[in-house]
Amino acid sequence: MERRPQKHLLLILARELASNLATPTLIADAEGTLVFYNEAAEEIVGRPFTEAGEMPVDEWTRAFEPRAPTGEPLAAERRPVRIALDEHRPSHQTMRVTGADGVERDVAVTGFPLFAHSEEFVGIVAIFWRE
Amino acid sequence: MRVTVWGCRGSVATPGPETVTYGGNTACVEVALDDDVALVLDAGTGIRELGFDLQRRDVRHVHLCLTHLHLDHLEGLRFFAPLWDNGVTLDIWGPPSKLLSLRQRIARYFSPPLFPIELRDVPARLSFNDVEHRTWTIGEAEITADLVLHPGPTVGYRVELAGASFAYIPDHEPALAGMLRERSPDWISGSALAADVDLVVHDAQFFEDEYPQYVGWGHSSVADAVAFATAAGARRLLLFHHEPRHSDRVLERLEDRARELAARDGLAPPALAREGMVVELPSRGRA
Repeated sequence: MERRPQKHLLLILARELASNLATPTLIADAEGTLVFYNEAAEEIVGRPFTEAGEMPVDEWTRAFEPRAPTGEPLAAERRPVRIALDEHRPSHQTMRVTGADGVERDVAVTGFPLFAHSEEFVGIVAIFWRE
Repeated sequence: MRVTVWGCRGSVATPGPETVTYGGNTACVEVALDDDVALVLDAGTGIRELGFDLQRRDVRHVHLCLTHLHLDHLEGLRFFAPLWDNGVTLDIWGPPSKLLSLRQRIARYFSPPLFPIELRDVPARLSFNDVEHRTWTIGEAEITADLVLHPGPTVGYRVELAGASFAYIPDHEPALAGMLRERSPDWISGSALAADVDLVVHDAQFFEDEYPQYVGWGHSSVADAVAFATAAGARRLLLFHHEPRHSDRVLERLEDRARELAARDGLAPPALAREGMVVELPSRGRA
């Protein structure tokens, strides 16, 4: 299967779901590469995914300077995206971010892992809820 | 590599005067390996005739790769003659389930009230192997399985032998995850299995105007079959999983439509799979 790479079927299905959601949603693969975010997330990011392309998910997250609601920086290991990637478990966290438009927003982020039939970890989904 | 179609009807066996040309038996395809070992893809009713043929050829070792366990891919297994021969080894490969093993799921079909004989009483030596996302070898052939978009755990297969390649994705609805022509191939279900193959056998159950009534049922329109083969870079497309209501004459219109669409894409003219059809894929030096 090295001939031509293909995304895991679960990621393909997750992308189709995310494409139809009005809620900002991102998808990363098992290696932590951001492979898709939807139109709703474009509002926060400031540019479409087709323009941004794939990138390490931490790089994407850093751009928003995630902070605790009280203002102090939020360590990576407390962020739902990292928890889902590293610990393969769901988590939920309220945080403050600065969007591409420079506006501060309080959002709640839910991150959860995706497992294929045989417990094979294939990636994560993170959903951003506006507070 | 020699590929033989023993059954290509979808959903339910459809014997009768209107289906004699393309056949009424459900999914079963054989890939010739060597004289002693057979590779069989799916166990629809077409496997019954294949079983007699394997007995005539005195084949004692059969690998059966199941794409999934819907009845039209399994219903012929109970009437597969080598199963009832204690001198035969039958290795069965199929997609895993979280709840039951492959053996347990197949055993349901070998139990009352569906069938009088239990799987444990079958004379052939059986083994059951989960496949989901892996590559392995059978004789000289390299087999790859991967999950594809169809209700329930379902895989497609890619077979490579002596530089020739063949993909078998009989039940597949890749367009359910988005318009194929708007996606890059790496975001299309099954595209890696069919990438640059000499031949892809693919679901083409519906005309385009029939498909909207069946979205989510797990099958493709002829247009999506052509778009899939084109996106994957397959050299030839064999239209498979014929709709039971489609007579030979109707299927020929579907083939005409496929050829019209393929011409626009620069794809070689697709053909309808037909019972008894043999496709020879020439060997090539490996890159």
